[in-house]
Parts: sequence; C-alpha cells; structure tokens
Amino acid sequence: MTAILEVRDLVVGYNPTLPILHGVSLTVAAGEIVTILGPNGAGKSTLIKAVAGLLDITSGQIALMGSDLTGLPTHEMVRAGLGYVPQTENVFAKLSVEENLEIGALVNRAAYAARREFVFGLFNDLSRLRRLQAGKLSGGQRQMVAVGRALMADPKLLMLDEPSAGLSPKLAEVVFSQLRKICAAGVTILMVEQNARAALRVSDRAYILAQGENRLDGQAASLLDNPEVGELYLGAGSRLSR
Amino acid sequence: MMQFVVDGIINASLIALGAIGLSLTYNILRFANFAQGEVLASGAYFALAVVVLIGAGAGAMGPLAFGWPLLFAMAVSIVATSLLVLVVDWLLFRPLREKNASRITLIMAAFGLSLMGRNIITLIAGGDPQYFSFYIPKAISVFGLKATPDEVAMVVITVLAVLALHLFLTRTTLGKSMRATAENPTLAQINGIDTRSVIRWTWIIGASLAAIAGTMQGHTIQVRPEMGFELLLPMFAALILGGAGNMYGVIAGALVIGLSESLAVGIGLSSYRLSVAFLVMLAVLLVRPQGLFGDKP
Repeated sequence: MTAILEVRDLVVGYNPTLPILHGVSLTVAAGEIVTILGPNGAGKSTLIKAVAGLLDITSGQIALMGSDLTGLPTHEMVRAGLGYVPQTENVFAKLSVEENLEIGALVNRAAYAARREFVFGLFNDLSRLRRLQAGKLSGGQRQMVAVGRALMADPKLLMLDEPSAGLSPKLAEVVFSQLRKICAAGVTILMVEQNARAALRVSDRAYILAQGENRLDGQAASLLDNPEVGELYLGAGSRLSR
Repeated sequence: MMQFVVDGIINASLIALGAIGLSLTYNILRFANFAQGEVLASGAYFALAVVVLIGAGAGAMGPLAFGWPLLFAMAVSIVATSLLVLVVDWLLFRPLREKNASRITLIMAAFGLSLMGRNIITLIAGGDPQYFSFYIPKAISVFGLKATPDEVAMVVITVLAVLALHLFLTRTTLGKSMRATAENPTLAQINGIDTRSVIRWTWIIGASLAAIAGTMQGHTIQVRPEMGFELLLPMFAALILGGAGNMYGVIAGALVIGLSESLAVGIGLSSYRLSVAFLVMLAVLLVRPQGLFGDKP
C-alpha cells in the first residue's frame, strides 16, 4: 500500500489561538475511497480545507505522494496532484459548464480534450448542458460540474466536502456510484460526509472525528456494524448497517 | 435634434474607458478605486510628456488632427501608466490586502491616493491647462449631425478597445481566469489560478484603458490635473447604473450617463448636466435597484 496522502498530528483552526483540530492524523492509500465522519463541529471540513491549503497550519505535516505540502499556497496544490470540491459555491455560476471545465484544466491544458471526454463519459448530461451557465443548473447537475471540474486536472487525490449535501437520496446514490467509477479510473478519494450510511457503503475505510480529535478508524464494513459508531449517529443501541 | 445623441456617444466613450478599469478593480480587488480619475490624468500627462519630447506636435493623418506622434505617445503612456499603478499597488494596496484590510480601508486609501496624485501632478506639471497641439477642429457633417474627425476616431478607438477586452475575457486563458477570480477567488485558487498574477493584470488593463481615455481627452479637450477627478462621478454613475458586478453593464451605464449629460446641455441646462445624469441614474435604480445588467439581489 502506497500512501497518497499522509496527515500527521495536524493542529489547525481559523484563528491560531483557537485550534479546531488538536493533532489529527490520517492516511489514505492509493486506490482507496476514504470517508471522514463525525458529528457537527468535529472538524471534518476543517481537515480537508487545511489539506487544500486554505488554512494556516499551526503544527503538523501534510504529505502528498511523499512530498511535503505543508504551507504550500492553495494555487499550487492542484499542480501537486490534489483536486478539491468544496461543499458550497463549488462552481463558477456565471461561467458556462464548458468554461468551468476549462478552468479546471488550466494546469493540464494539453490533456484538455481527453479529460473532457472522461468527464462527459462519467456525467453524460454535462455534454448536453455544456453551453449553459453553471448557475442555471439544478443542484445535482451543479455537483456534477463541480466534480467534473476537479477531475479535469487529472488529480491523484480527489477531496470532496459533502458531495451528497442538498441532493435527493436518489441523486446522492448516483453521485456515490460515480465515485466508485472515478476511483476505478485511478483517482484516490477522500470525502467528508454527513450521510454516514451511504458513504460507508461506497468507502473502503473511514475515520471518525469528534471534537477535533481522531475517535475511531477502520474498514468501512466493520464501522457499519460498530455499535459505538451507531451511537454517535443514531443514538444508543443502533447500528448503521440496519 | 439628434445632435445630442452624437455628443452623448462621444462623451460616453471617455466615461466607458475609464469606468471599465473601475469595474475591473471593483470586481476583482473588491473595492471602489477612487483614484481611477488620477490614473486617467497620469495617462494624459505621460502622453503629453512624450509629445513634448518628440516636439512634432500631435501630427496629422488625413482628416485627423493627430498622427503617429500621438499614437506613439499613447503607447508609451499605456506602458508608463501600467507601471505606475503596479508600483502603487505594491506599495499601498498589496500590504493592505495582506493584512486583510476592510473594504472601507481600501476605499479610504484610494481616496487619499487620489488627493495625493492630483497634487503631485500639479507639483510636477503645474495647474494650468496644457495642450498636445493647437488645432482648430473642423466638424464634418453627416445628415446634419456634426462631429470632428478626431471625435469620431475617439469613438472608434473606444469600440475597438471594448471589443478587444471582450475577446480577451471570453477567449483567452488569462481572461477566463480573471472572470473566475472575480466570481470566486477561493475556487479560482483551488483550480491553480495565481490570484496575485490576476490582480496585476487587472491593474494593467484598467490603467491601459484609462491611459487611452486620458490621451484622447487630452487631445480633444485639454490636459489638466483635475481632468480625471471630474470624470470620476460620471464613471461611478456608469458603474452603478450598469450593475456593478457586470463588466459589460458599465458600457451601457456609460452610454446612459453620456447621453443624459448631452441631453441636459441640449435643453439648456449645461450647468446642471451632471445633476441631470444623476437624476436619470436615480430613476433607473428606483426601477432596477441592481442596475441595468446586475444580478437580482
């Protein structure tokens, strides 16, 4: 197992005197889908924002494919092989779908046509919608543009912040099943999800954070059956696999 | 009768060129640059300096009272004005951005810069009006509508500059990066766009268009330290009227303001031309608070 992403003892917050993560560690191996779970305020989104270079890191290290990314400016992350889909405002609403994809491929212009075919192959609707303004699309279509845009740069690791947020259960299923296809095409995936059950079903492994610290981690299948995980999400005595 | 339309379009072209720079800084740097008038005036004075150094006057081309000396001066002025704004950004606005200064701080800094700029210009070049060359403009008349060939050239240059900007924003990588940064700087960075470079090009393009406007205004009217400052209110009016978030709306806004001003002159209210323009602006904003091309709030 080669580690694609390695986060060690990360301390980070929006204000240096008030850290949100108090030393979180995490490893993502090549070809995996890994989900970060946890109750509200656990620091899940903060963790991937920090990896994406959007926050000032107080201490700890972030390495992508063995090279140190800690403190690298956000705009250099994509060249290092990192794709990131934020939870909200993740498309350029005033730009067309095609222009969104072009922006995604700015660091990988030579491969534009090939990457576009790959993205259109995953999300067939986008080919038909390519001249429309992204802001005019439905929530599900916008999510496809956002993921497609991130895939244009041919990332080694794709990070998604709540890809199913605001989607109907049916659309969420579509997004999750596409994640398997993306992974099969050689892109390792790290996502944050609230929808624990559906996310664990497509994931290989998961980390559970609570109050800015590692709480649990393990194989997705075993976490689904773990009563402690059920408790965190559904109350005492529950199991996610039911 | 329709003469006011011709005068209005001529007037609007100067407002539009200056206001596009205002719109670019507003959308990408997210503050109202009160010093844009002085950028325009600097452009005029740089061009004047070159024309004086060449010593051949503004030249002549066919019916036009300007030729290569003025065009060359305009090109030099574009470069010099761009360098000037880059230095000013580096010394003044960049440190403020890095300290996450509030929008009002940036606006006040720009306001101070505007005052300083005007006084520095007066200190160096004096406060008296100056001219690129002395010529008696001979208006040409088409269907009874009068304009000098130089004014027509000015409108043509404006249209070409706006077209070039449109192609730049929609066809080039840098243009698309600028639109992306204007909409969502964080997402732009996530996609590998270096927003610092986008900011530099924003200043360069805004300053270049202002230098063109300053040179043309200097040629067709005169060069004075206050020439840009006096255009600042119409430029802001055009920006707000067009819908501040829309880089194209500002051109429509400039047309409305330019036409309103010349209409005021046409009906004998020349001392109130700016007031009339603002009345029109208020009337439009009462109906469409987001401006002509702005997004719905």
